[in-house]
Amino acid sequence: MSKHTLSVLVENKPGVLARITALFSRRGFNIDSLAVGTTEHPEISRITIVVNVIDELPLEQVTKQLNKLVNVLKIVELDPSAAVARELVLVKVRADNESRSQIVEIVQLFRAKTVDVSPEAVTIEATGAADKLEAMLKMLEPFGIKELVQSGTIAIGRGARSITDRSLRALDRSA
Amino acid sequence: MTEQATGSHHPQPRTRNAVPAATAERMTGAQALIRSLEAVGADTVFGIPGGAILPAYDPLMDSAKVRHVLVRHEQGAGHAATGYAQATGRVGVCMATSGPGATNLVTPIADAHMDSVPIVAITGQVASKSIGTDAFQEADICGITMPITKHNFLVRDAADIPRTIAEAFHIAATGRPGPVLVDIAKDALQNQMSFSWPPQADLPGYRPVTKPHAKQIREAARLINEARRPVLYVGGGVVKARATAELRILAELTGAPVTTTLMALGAFPDSHPQHVGMPGMHGDVSAVTALQKSDLIIALGARFDDRVTGRLDTFAPNAKVVHADIDPAEISKNRIADVPIVGDAREVLADLIVAVQADHEAGHKGDYSEWWNHLNFWRNTYPLGYDVPTDGSLSPQQVIERIGQLAPEGTLFAAGVGQHQMWAAQFIKYEKPGTWFNSGGAGTMGYAVPAAMGAKAGMPDATVWAIDGDGCFQMTNQELVTCALNNIPIKVAIINNGALGMVRQWQNLFYGERFSNTVLHSGAEHVPGSTQGVGSIQNRGTRVPDFVKLSEAMGCVGLRCESPDELDKVIAEANAINDRPVVVDFIVHEDAMVWPMVAAGTSNDEIMAARDVRPDFSDDLDD
Repeated sequence: MSKHTLSVLVENKPGVLARITALFSRRGFNIDSLAVGTTEHPEISRITIVVNVIDELPLEQVTKQLNKLVNVLKIVELDPSAAVARELVLVKVRADNESRSQIVEIVQLFRAKTVDVSPEAVTIEATGAADKLEAMLKMLEPFGIKELVQSGTIAIGRGARSITDRSLRALDRSA
Repeated sequence: MTEQATGSHHPQPRTRNAVPAATAERMTGAQALIRSLEAVGADTVFGIPGGAILPAYDPLMDSAKVRHVLVRHEQGAGHAATGYAQATGRVGVCMATSGPGATNLVTPIADAHMDSVPIVAITGQVASKSIGTDAFQEADICGITMPITKHNFLVRDAADIPRTIAEAFHIAATGRPGPVLVDIAKDALQNQMSFSWPPQADLPGYRPVTKPHAKQIREAARLINEARRPVLYVGGGVVKARATAELRILAELTGAPVTTTLMALGAFPDSHPQHVGMPGMHGDVSAVTALQKSDLIIALGARFDDRVTGRLDTFAPNAKVVHADIDPAEISKNRIADVPIVGDAREVLADLIVAVQADHEAGHKGDYSEWWNHLNFWRNTYPLGYDVPTDGSLSPQQVIERIGQLAPEGTLFAAGVGQHQMWAAQFIKYEKPGTWFNSGGAGTMGYAVPAAMGAKAGMPDATVWAIDGDGCFQMTNQELVTCALNNIPIKVAIINNGALGMVRQWQNLFYGERFSNTVLHSGAEHVPGSTQGVGSIQNRGTRVPDFVKLSEAMGCVGLRCESPDELDKVIAEANAINDRPVVVDFIVHEDAMVWPMVAAGTSNDEIMAARDVRPDFSDDLDD
């Protein structure tokens, strides 16, 4: 199994996300994580999809099928060594007067943030690569995790080049 | 495309200040829809009105350019649009109301998607404020058809109608063609908008590649000239790209054998000496074996469908593959291509001709003479054929062959799905593209009658024969009423064996002759383990309903033919009637089978020329 991160630029229109996720399930792929948001151009949204695949060939096939969707502008597979990938975690940990300081110490070690404190719990916000967040959660687990919410991975290539450049020029031409 | 905004049926006061262009005109969304259809050149629409689409039918009544054919079931409208598109090469149009009207279009849309047929389906939708409330006759038809359309649109705003129609026709007809659905909310049809044409298209993510890469073309030409056993594997894309003249030039230039798939019959003349037949499950031994033993497959607008390849891992084990297709996703989907070429078949062929010629001039020309010795051996030893029944009954293959031979020049043929479809592919000779259509990928029973209707509506001067089975016919025959009332005089041959013949054939071969639920007639009882007793001579064929009476009741001429002696006479009689639809009920022998056959899931090496006859394959070619 290998992980692949696809950045998909799409027209910001209703129903586009459904077209993409339906295509993945139709072609027999499980999406590991998914994150959607607007970009620096309001008419374009960016979808970051992480998939776990056994074989590269079907991934190429699903990428080609994705490319055929009329609302899809561009697909780039991000190489982990040349990209920065981040996730966001919000986690509510059981805390009392005794354990709170230990939890805060772990929070500082992972450069996370405490965003809410109450007599029985601490809520922590952390961003980072998946393995860092996993390590932090492992450290917090003994205190008792009451609630956990994680975002999908978002990722961006390193260096000065932008993947929106060329597809935007195409947009300008048609406009 | 230059339709000026002067012919409004319900003139509205102009608000000149608000109108952007001089040609803009105030009208309803429904009027804009009809004007847009006129502007894109849609001359025929097949459909049925209903609540949500009603506003569109009012201005449609006044259109002098768009003919609406009122069908009897929306499925008929969809297949008619497909038949129209396949016969004319233009985009077919069907229309239905929301909910069940729209869902009845699902089968023909899926069918058109599998066979890459350009159609636009226009459906009414409940008012935009009611969408998502389970309103009366609401169905999420965009959601439902998402996997079976090339693209679909939901229009909530009247102002978006012209642009959406223009985009829908553009997407349907260009690149790899396919069905596009436009779902329009009722209030979008009713509201006022300002119409101007042409609208500005906004499809930044739609850029089909048509021009092939020069380097790949050179590589393909080199392989062609180096190969010893090449085959041109021609699919429906060559017909759709209108590339058949170029195909013939390349074939004759190289001297390579040509196979045409079920979707490409007529792309290369059946009578041409280089034509080795149709490949696939019921293909010619020569075509199947040519692919299987080849050292180079040049696939043009074909997709290595499982019905062609048989068991994929044993398909053409020694062949390199040049795969040219307009759809990049088809290349290396089933079979890895050594030379992938993305492009329109016509441009690919034009470039290949030049490149192959250049190689020839440089002294590199393939020598296929030994290959032709083998091909000719297979072709001569295992020609298509059939046995004539000894009990005096009609052979279905003979019926179909004679219809083909007696048909006037330029006749179009549409088939249903099953044994009769395969026989129509095998025993009618196709010399020109666009003269044969069937449901290839989806295998939709009931395709023939409505598709023939659509073809005849698009090509009124051509003779159109539907070759149908008694099973298929009972699915969609109500469109004969539409034909009778709208002056669409098609001809229908019911190959009536009283059974779901293809399924029965599989039961015969693979299920121990246990004919579970494939008997359509009321005849003799089923005797387990016996092919006898399933229709004695008296009650052979489906007699309930009586197809002759049924046809007459629907305003057609009904004829019946039960013996070989009457065959030519009845066909001639049917050919002579051109003012009404004609249905001929051919009562045929039920035990006839389609041969050759590659059983599902087996290798093409296991092709059977006839029952218990495996051809001699010259296995020495497996190097």
